[in-house]
Amino acid sequence: MLKNEEDKKNPKFKVNKMTNTNSVIIEMEHIAKTYVMGIDEVHALADVSLTVNKNEYIAIMGPSGSGKSTLMNIIGCLDTPSSGLYRFTGENVSEMNDNELATIRNKQIGFVFQTFNLLPRSNALHNVELPLIYAGVHSSIRKEKAKTALENVGLSDRIHHKPNELSGGQRQRVAVARALVNDPSIILADEPTGNLDSKTGEEIMQLFEELHQKGNTIILVTHEEYIAEHANRIIRLRDGLIESDEFVKKKIGKI
Amino acid sequence: MFTQFKEGLLISFRAIKANKIRSVLTTLGIVIGVCSVVLMSTAIKGVDNSFESGISSLGSDVLYIDKFAWFSNQDWWKIRNRRNISFEDYEKFKGLVKLPLAVAPTAFSVRTVKYRDKTAESVFITGSTSEYLSTTNFTFSNGRFYSEVESNAGREVVVLGSEIAENLFNNIDPLGMHVKIGGHSFLIIGVLEKQGSFLLGSFNPDKQAYIPIKSLFKHFGLTWRTVTINVRAKSPQLVEETKIEAEQAMRQVRRLKASDESDFSINQQEGLTQIYESTVGVIQVGGFFITGLALFVGAIGIMNIMFVSVKERTREIGIRKAIGAKRRNILLQFLLESATICLIGGIIGLIIAVILSYVVNQFLPTSVQASAVILAIIISIITGVLSGFAPAYTASKLDPVDSLRYE
Repeated sequence: MLKNEEDKKNPKFKVNKMTNTNSVIIEMEHIAKTYVMGIDEVHALADVSLTVNKNEYIAIMGPSGSGKSTLMNIIGCLDTPSSGLYRFTGENVSEMNDNELATIRNKQIGFVFQTFNLLPRSNALHNVELPLIYAGVHSSIRKEKAKTALENVGLSDRIHHKPNELSGGQRQRVAVARALVNDPSIILADEPTGNLDSKTGEEIMQLFEELHQKGNTIILVTHEEYIAEHANRIIRLRDGLIESDEFVKKKIGKI
Repeated sequence: MFTQFKEGLLISFRAIKANKIRSVLTTLGIVIGVCSVVLMSTAIKGVDNSFESGISSLGSDVLYIDKFAWFSNQDWWKIRNRRNISFEDYEKFKGLVKLPLAVAPTAFSVRTVKYRDKTAESVFITGSTSEYLSTTNFTFSNGRFYSEVESNAGREVVVLGSEIAENLFNNIDPLGMHVKIGGHSFLIIGVLEKQGSFLLGSFNPDKQAYIPIKSLFKHFGLTWRTVTINVRAKSPQLVEETKIEAEQAMRQVRRLKASDESDFSINQQEGLTQIYESTVGVIQVGGFFITGLALFVGAIGIMNIMFVSVKERTREIGIRKAIGAKRRNILLQFLLESATICLIGGIIGLIIAVILSYVVNQFLPTSVQASAVILAIIISIITGVLSGFAPAYTASKLDPVDSLRYE
């Protein structure tokens, strides 16, 4: 009874709940994040509401200090908002503890970082295996899955190489394979081409394009306009607020 | 869980390999700690064993009636001024007591024993009667003890301790040979088996020679001018009764009035055991305190290096957390790492201890016990877990966002 009343008062909530089950992956309502630095409060995110559906390809843009890193951390469940509601595939993430967040990150989110963030002492295969290890997948299945993931990014001949034996582009491919190996709901890429030359960067963007074609949901954080143009929805942030959120016709990256 | 355990072990081996010199130096503390614990417990075990075999050669049911007390709170000069116990005292005493299994007088002299060009210096010569054998637990490798006839007649016959026999005769059978004891010729009629009790020093039967007390008096005089009477009770249960009877008989022999203090002492192995236990107890506590300290210093070293390791690998921790490592995964990883370091250190320490125990074995018959091995392994794992806990906990609490940003 109480729930119904609440729903009546807040019709948007109801709509979201209905769409939840089929295609909505991320729902954010009035997300704010405040950091206390000494005696000053810094509002990294003021008020952000956002919905992401399955198989969207979104670029989040903004100058430095706009809050895009903070937003990305919250979307990626690495951080929790100070206030507001965040649902990830219908689950309320904003109130989860560290371990529950770790499980969400492990099973639902694939990270691709600007600096690749591979374990330097482990070879490509083991780096890709890592999320499966924390998911408790058995060794033989794990090896098989990791190999397949590396094959999918075109690195089947490099599985026993360590990161320092690979080029930047290859390292980022390993990172993408690692992001994909657990079949996550979204792929979260933070400036994935930032440390690559433009040709290699373009190859990585092609890879993302393919992943999108295959039905993956991708969220890309970048400050490069030409990288953002690969996406079909661009969200611009400024001073912790969404400045614009628009669907765009793809200009590049069509295969 | 098993997967993560295996992963943790793998990571720790990789981390140890990556910082070889550091790992070696860190491990050194534990190596020294474990090595000293094992050696300490081995040495104490060795001392215990030799004491026990030594004390058992004295026999728990034997009383030693002596002018001197082995352990006493009385003033030394008072005891010194006591009357000597004479051979006649022994004879009277023997006539009075009924309870003992055997009563034997002993007197000592220190002499040189010679066989041809070979010499054994400062040998303890014990003079007694044939009944002496029954007050000991001696076993013979060869020959026999002197008989009652030989004893009463004061014949020149001798029974050698195993070490003396070995030193003088090497491979030759000493039976039937003659040795010169303080210039007098004695016929060897028996050789004792090794009794093994280094703790008793010159009283070690291995280093003594036994001759009839009458021939001792005849040739060497009564050097110490007092006789010790060895009294063996029929069973360990009867020791107390035998002691009471012996005390009364001895007072009678000495013609003491009821008000007089006894001017002799009845010594027992028990007193020796008590002294031994309290002395070794102190050594034990002191030893374990010092080795414990060594281990503690080693543990601090491990803790220190684990903190450094956590700091250095902040980014790695960030990556692991980002892709789904839970707190306990990180905790387990670092605990396993420090436990592995300590276990490796413990095993190395154990190996060194085993090698060193062969050196110790030259002085003290001992060997590393299985219990010491288990102790070493358990101690090193516990040290690893305890010293690794604080760093591992710090690591597990790290914020993924901050750690990913850490350079």
